[in-house]
Amino acid sequence: MIFAFDWTQLAQQIVIGLASGGIWATLAVALVLIYRSTGVVNFAQGEMAMFSTFIAWSLVHHGLSYWAAFFLTVAISFAAGVAVERVVIRPVESAPVLTVVIVTLGLFFLVNGAARWIWTPEVRSLPNAFSTRPIDVAGVAFSIQDLGNIGVSLAAVGLLWVFFRFTKLGLASRAAAVNPEASRLLGVRVSWMLALGWGLAAAMGAVSGMLTAPALASFDQNLMQPVLLYAFAGAVLGGIDSPLGAVVGTMLLGVLVNLVGTYVDWVGTELRLPVALAVILGVLLVRPAGLFGRVSVRRV
Amino acid sequence: MPDALLELEDVEARYGPVVALHGISLEVDEGEVVAVLGANGAGKTTTLRAVSGMVRRSGEIVFAGKRISRRSPEAVARLGVAHVPEGRGTLTELSVRENLRLGAYVRRDRAGVREDEQRVLSYFPWLDQRSGQRAGTLSGGEQQMLALARALMLRPKLVLLDEPSLGLAPMVTAEIFRIVGELNAKEGLAVLVVEQNAALAFEASSRAYVLEVGKVAVEGSSDELRRNESVRRSYLGY
Repeated sequence: MIFAFDWTQLAQQIVIGLASGGIWATLAVALVLIYRSTGVVNFAQGEMAMFSTFIAWSLVHHGLSYWAAFFLTVAISFAAGVAVERVVIRPVESAPVLTVVIVTLGLFFLVNGAARWIWTPEVRSLPNAFSTRPIDVAGVAFSIQDLGNIGVSLAAVGLLWVFFRFTKLGLASRAAAVNPEASRLLGVRVSWMLALGWGLAAAMGAVSGMLTAPALASFDQNLMQPVLLYAFAGAVLGGIDSPLGAVVGTMLLGVLVNLVGTYVDWVGTELRLPVALAVILGVLLVRPAGLFGRVSVRRV
Repeated sequence: MPDALLELEDVEARYGPVVALHGISLEVDEGEVVAVLGANGAGKTTTLRAVSGMVRRSGEIVFAGKRISRRSPEAVARLGVAHVPEGRGTLTELSVRENLRLGAYVRRDRAGVREDEQRVLSYFPWLDQRSGQRAGTLSGGEQQMLALARALMLRPKLVLLDEPSLGLAPMVTAEIFRIVGELNAKEGLAVLVVEQNAALAFEASSRAYVLEVGKVAVEGSSDELRRNESVRRSYLGY
């Protein structure tokens, strides 16, 4: 710090952090969606996103362009998410929370195993969605891919927000999450709203996976496991029941992890995941409801 | 004699192994306010839950000529039964306006919904100024009125009203019953109301059923029952 501080590098690192944070945000929003309606964290969310990414890879492999594969995969993932809820979650809909948690853990291994069974181990990669050349903004060189990732993530989250905020179906699914019994009395098909939530979560996860993969030289079936942890850490930071919190939390986490990795020598790239875990621990100790979460008051 | 709007015949209901209704029969005619009274645990709330399908039930339940004994709550609501549940069913995290909009969730006639919104606001004018407010921040009485207003947004043929007086100040309760009476008189709204407060219930209704451990113990016109000393002493405890 004695020498001139490199502001250009700081700006670049912040954008890189926001880009990974944005990718995590889409998965974090998926976690929040399920958490709000069922009260559990879907441990299989990352694996479902991985599976979606493999579907996208197959589509690209069969000659589709990245973006054609992207939108087709989002649609397929939505349908698959609905189907998973109907087949796997519906039977335990009214079971205790722990039962549902264990079912999602089982789903984790099921989806992972299925992906290994369908797609044999080989080096595979997704093409870059955006140009990898840098763009010059006020003298600072940013990667177009990073800016594109931020843009796509925010667009996906924004569309979801518009759906929940401004459509009748979105309103009904919020109602179903707040008070399922009262919603049924109003004619809302609550059980289907849960399925809709799973579909939307799976679609968001697909976006997350398809943005994660191109940044890597190659990927395998463990693609989304670190992303799930970052998404979870960010969601906890923002407040696990708040979609806005999930976005802000993961973006903050993305910047934090990247800056710590860049400026604290001994953290480097290897210790980034533990930084995220430290954030989870810290938040749970200091402010369990997170930045935007509502503190739940429980009568004893 | 025309068929009743709602008819229960020998309806049983159970929560798991616990039988809550042991064969209840009752009717509500078009344009009629009917009260269900009884002590705690007599099965008042369960009677309403049986109609709307929120509890496992058997026996005959016919609403507007259709058998509804096997229908889900969503389906019963779609037939025009608005159930204001125990605890008011406020969607606390949604705004007042969103709560009202959800009252009309199953309706497709947008123009009619807008019309009804104006009509409902004429009964509860204060709701208009509070429309952006989170419903959970309303007082208990306001939430009860919101619940009633939301029920009206369905343009229901029948309202099931579960203990509107619960936890409310007498003045607020009186206001709610006044509005129910007005709705019935002006619009011919049929209401099946469950109430602990017998005096209020008799005042608001034309007929009443007194339940005792899941059975109808006495039934009759509200005026008759109110004057009946032995009914008052044995079942209503005042």
